[in-house]
Amino acid sequence: MNPRRNVWLVNIALALCAALVLFPLFWMLSVSFMQPGEANNLPPPMLPLHPTLHNYRELFAHAGMGRYFANSLIVSSAITLLSLACNTLAGYAFAKLHFAGREKLFGTLIGALVIPAQVAMLPLFLLLKYVGLVNSFAAVILPAMASVFGIFLVRQYARSLPGELLEAARVDGAGEWRIFLQVVLPLLKPILVTLAVFTFLTAWNDFMWPLIALTGQDHYTLPVGLASLSREHVQDSGLMMAGAVVTVIPVLVLFLALQRYYLRGLLLGSVKG
Amino acid sequence: MNRAAVAWLFLTPALLVLGVFFLLPVLAGLGLSLTDYDIYALANLHNLRFVGLANYWELLHRPLFWAALGHTLYFVLVGVPLSMAASLGTALLLNSQAAKLKPLFRTALFAPVVTTVVAVAVIWRYLFNTQFGVVNFVLAHLGIGPIDWLGDPHWAMPMIILFAVWKNFGYNMIILLAGLQAIPADLYEAARIDGASPWRQFRHITLPALGPILLMVGILTVSGYFQLFAEPYVITEGGPLQSTVSVLYLMYNEGFKWWNMGTASAVAFLLFVIMFAATALMWRFGGGREEPA
Repeated sequence: MNPRRNVWLVNIALALCAALVLFPLFWMLSVSFMQPGEANNLPPPMLPLHPTLHNYRELFAHAGMGRYFANSLIVSSAITLLSLACNTLAGYAFAKLHFAGREKLFGTLIGALVIPAQVAMLPLFLLLKYVGLVNSFAAVILPAMASVFGIFLVRQYARSLPGELLEAARVDGAGEWRIFLQVVLPLLKPILVTLAVFTFLTAWNDFMWPLIALTGQDHYTLPVGLASLSREHVQDSGLMMAGAVVTVIPVLVLFLALQRYYLRGLLLGSVKG
Repeated sequence: MNRAAVAWLFLTPALLVLGVFFLLPVLAGLGLSLTDYDIYALANLHNLRFVGLANYWELLHRPLFWAALGHTLYFVLVGVPLSMAASLGTALLLNSQAAKLKPLFRTALFAPVVTTVVAVAVIWRYLFNTQFGVVNFVLAHLGIGPIDWLGDPHWAMPMIILFAVWKNFGYNMIILLAGLQAIPADLYEAARIDGASPWRQFRHITLPALGPILLMVGILTVSGYFQLFAEPYVITEGGPLQSTVSVLYLMYNEGFKWWNMGTASAVAFLLFVIMFAATALMWRFGGGREEPA
């Protein structure tokens, strides 16, 4: 095939795909700045005639979006910090500390990945109900404080740490905690950033469990709040698009800023098929 | 302190969380599925009775369970191949030597993956609105009459499949792209010298080299697609005429709307068994060699 024509074909195809993929997000942004009713015109307007922040004001003043946003931020940050601590400790132990039954225990954890999370949801709800934690942030945070994926990711990375370095520190008389905090943690930094981005995005986007565990509006996270709003305001497209923007923009920005780390986690997490 | 004791100390927080909030509930769920736990038992545990396999038996005789399973299988059987085709197609384009601005295109195509399902589902519902949605507007220009995407039981599931493909294909695209980049360039060089056409190169070099990755990605996608829930919950609320009620949607309604926790647990375990069987079959017939992870 003619190489120059080939260049054109490939790049036009890529540009078309990208345009098609980004269009819904572009339109979400555009409609969110339209005046009430403007979005329900024919033909569908591509850009707002008179851009306005009306929908955003409405969302934060009357629809409780500020509350949901704060809740999402609290829940996702807490999950990220706590699970980072648990997963890093465990991942490091699986990679570098010796104990009887290590490989077997790790294999069991990996094997547990075949069980879909939803199988645990009903008993988990009852458990939390009997201890009085339903409709609290703890109900969403506690079960997410450790994950097999996170442990796996840290273990894969920590395995490449030079063992001599740890031995040298031990010979110098450093305790295991000091070695972990002062030698291991700094070396694990890249994978910790990866895991943090991954965990935060997952927690922010999570829907089914928060929908079950958070039964009152005061504790709704953004996805739960938005789903509930969308059932009330089906026809108010502008308002709904503004709600989608508020929910999606933080994670998109975070992804764009830390893309390199995120994609590495994605590839690392899938190599051991 | 003894080295092994330290290891267990480091493991304790994570194992405690996974044990209490995952392993224990899974086992309890199996027990729960053998009881008639309902709203009366929720109020007073004395109303709880052991019913053996009655929940499973009753579900297997309920048309709505089979309908939900059918909708879910429809979603998996059509959605997964479409997703994989989109992932592979875009990965091939991005891997082509002719492609310019690769990082930019890659980011653009990947963007939907990091978005929130609920938020983009809200957008989707608007795009596919029968009266003033862009999709019907464009179709009208092509001479295709208005399709009632949200109201016609024949069209609701295809719309949800399109949504899932759009939302998810970027994930596998990145993995397949890495797989493509790992294929040695001299294989293609040798094929070109032998006069192999691009199609034959694809057929005899690319596909066999990608085989194991395709199988793994396929298995992961199938198990992900079996867990269909948020999309119908937000876009169609299971309708029209229950045509988008998935297995998990049924579990959610049974458990958290009607408080039939026993039946809902049985639904969850049936889904688990079906997913396990489907992925194990793929592994077996896909030529997987090692133990599946």
